[in-house]
Amino acid sequence: MQIERATNGTGRSGYAGARPGTAALLSIVPGLGQFYNRRYIKGTLFLLLAACLGIALAVPLANGIYGLVTLGSNPEVDDSRTLLVEGILSAIVTLILLGAYVLNLRDAWRDARRRSQGHRIPSVRQAFHDSWEHGFPYFVVVPTFLLLTMIVVFPLLFMICLAFTNYNLYNSPPAHLLDWVGFQNFVALFTEGVWTRSLLAVLTWTVVWTLVATSLQIALAFFLAVMANDARVRFKRLIRTVFILPWAVPSFMTVLVFTAMFNDTFGTINRDIVSLFGMTIPWLTDPTWARIAIIFVQIWLGFPYVFTLVTGVLQSISKDWYEAAEVDGGTRWDKLRHITLPHVMYATAPLLIMQFSYNFNNFNIIYLFNKGGPPVPGQSSGATDILISWVYNLTFDQNNYMMAAAISIIMGLVVALFAFFQFRRTRSFREEGMY
Amino acid sequence: MGRALKSKLEVAGIYLTVLVMFAVILYPLLWAVSISLNPGTSMFSAKMIPDNLSLEHYRWLFEDPRSNYVLWYRNTLIVACFNALASVILVGLVAYVFSRYSFAGRKSSIYAVLLMQMFPVLMGMVAIYLLLNLVGLLDTFAGLVIFYVVGGLPMNVFLVKGYMDTIPKDLDESAKMDGAGHLASYFRILFPLTCPILSVVALFTFMAPFMDFLTPRIILRTPEKFTIALGLFSFINDKVGNNFTMFAAGTILVALPIATVFLFLQRYLISGLADGATKG
Repeated sequence: MQIERATNGTGRSGYAGARPGTAALLSIVPGLGQFYNRRYIKGTLFLLLAACLGIALAVPLANGIYGLVTLGSNPEVDDSRTLLVEGILSAIVTLILLGAYVLNLRDAWRDARRRSQGHRIPSVRQAFHDSWEHGFPYFVVVPTFLLLTMIVVFPLLFMICLAFTNYNLYNSPPAHLLDWVGFQNFVALFTEGVWTRSLLAVLTWTVVWTLVATSLQIALAFFLAVMANDARVRFKRLIRTVFILPWAVPSFMTVLVFTAMFNDTFGTINRDIVSLFGMTIPWLTDPTWARIAIIFVQIWLGFPYVFTLVTGVLQSISKDWYEAAEVDGGTRWDKLRHITLPHVMYATAPLLIMQFSYNFNNFNIIYLFNKGGPPVPGQSSGATDILISWVYNLTFDQNNYMMAAAISIIMGLVVALFAFFQFRRTRSFREEGMY
Repeated sequence: MGRALKSKLEVAGIYLTVLVMFAVILYPLLWAVSISLNPGTSMFSAKMIPDNLSLEHYRWLFEDPRSNYVLWYRNTLIVACFNALASVILVGLVAYVFSRYSFAGRKSSIYAVLLMQMFPVLMGMVAIYLLLNLVGLLDTFAGLVIFYVVGGLPMNVFLVKGYMDTIPKDLDESAKMDGAGHLASYFRILFPLTCPILSVVALFTFMAPFMDFLTPRIILRTPEKFTIALGLFSFINDKVGNNFTMFAAGTILVALPIATVFLFLQRYLISGLADGATKG
């Protein structure tokens, strides 16, 4: 920078007559603007790159977007799903190329302006060095975002598109062609009895499940952590180790073990424990009992994580606080409420909020425990289905892709709303201003 | 006397609660162990304390020609190693850039990553299947690893970025003053300092393939390529109750090493996690 400013002063190697507008205008054909700026090698590279990309990609991209619009016209030959995938990919690639094109215009404009201000034209070597030196973040971020686009964004776009097609078990490629149907699926979701009933039931249970399971697991963890941290209690290490066990054992496996244990006729819970009271409880076939069982399992699985967090915070609270409270004659309840609780909440609040969103999307336990069942008559969802497990069932068991996609979009809106509030709380976001 | 008695009663109450919790926690785990030691394949006839202990299921897993268990274990190890390695390298670099550089679009990139972290990857499974099919990565470990690395990227980047933000900037900036390049100042200065949180990432990404049955279920097709979770799930998926003893045995052999590593590293994990979250 300093060297450039020095040359700026003398202005010897610069060319004051270079007009940024002309350069940008010439760069409508990529490379010409760079030639105008006398950066011949760069211009040639741009020109070659543009020509190659243009020749190689123009036809496939146009075809892809055409396919996206029509979704195929010839059954048996055209597979609408492939056309949809290629169409979305073409749209993404087109957008990226457009972005690159705009950058090319800007590059010509900027170089010309710098020249007119009297900067020297850097040599090719210098240019490469500079772009590594100043553009380093982009060398990392751009490839990462390309990958994320493919693996995270593209599937979401695909899902959104599916919600506006008629893709289900009876109308599925390659035997049939898909069509765009507009908002028909959403209309069905909110007007047809089966769907409204299912949607309402699933939404209600998702909210109840998220709130109850998460709150109980936090409450239990807090209660146990305060108890296990009591100065009079011994064997603290042993207690903590055992309390962490449910977190340490892969949940995929424990949930399946629980399913077997809760089995109505053969499970150990009915056979060995409940039978002591002369009863059998239909854990997996009655909606209410299934819900109670699944919340119990989630508490079992989830409390150790919060327990460990809270324990960590409890140990870090200075004793002075409590001694000061004793001097002031505070009761134990006072100490808990005014010292312990605020400390713990302050330190763990973000993680606890994440627990809620984790349970909102806790597909594994719902699906593994009872596949969302037991089934409920007159609904397409089971009694313990939350949104995400319902979507999974619709997609992979009932092959009702269009409805699954429509529900996904609703779920996405809920997630986005939640994300909005999360953004405002996250500290790393608030501190952004510091940079 | 009233006070001492009250204190004793309280401590007794605490111990009682702890004992009840011990029972609730250990019962399912011990039950799984005892099931795996029961002879016969059905859990219906299994007993909490088997009449005669037998290791036949463990032996079956390793010796029976119909068992793919060793193969599954090996597959999972391959996927887990590549996943951990690629994740640590990529996540570290991206977090470094987000934490240390200011560039046009930085803020919106961080927004984008935050937003992507919110959406469950599960929502796009159909598309993932079609996409991998299109590029010929269906039923390959490469497809699975790419999916794991990129899918887990947003969350891990935030974990590491949060941690990195707490390390004083002077350290790597003075290295740059002394002429170290972008990569050198990362690998020589920041990398060693972020090792605690990077090992958390490594551990999590290493363990993920052992526990996830869903993604492999969509990406992997042939039983010889199954990962351990998918394989075990396919054991009992068809007929619940049958094969359950074998499932229990196979499960315990996975759960034991994971639980051991976990308990061994717990303190490390907790402090890393808590730092990343609260300071980030």
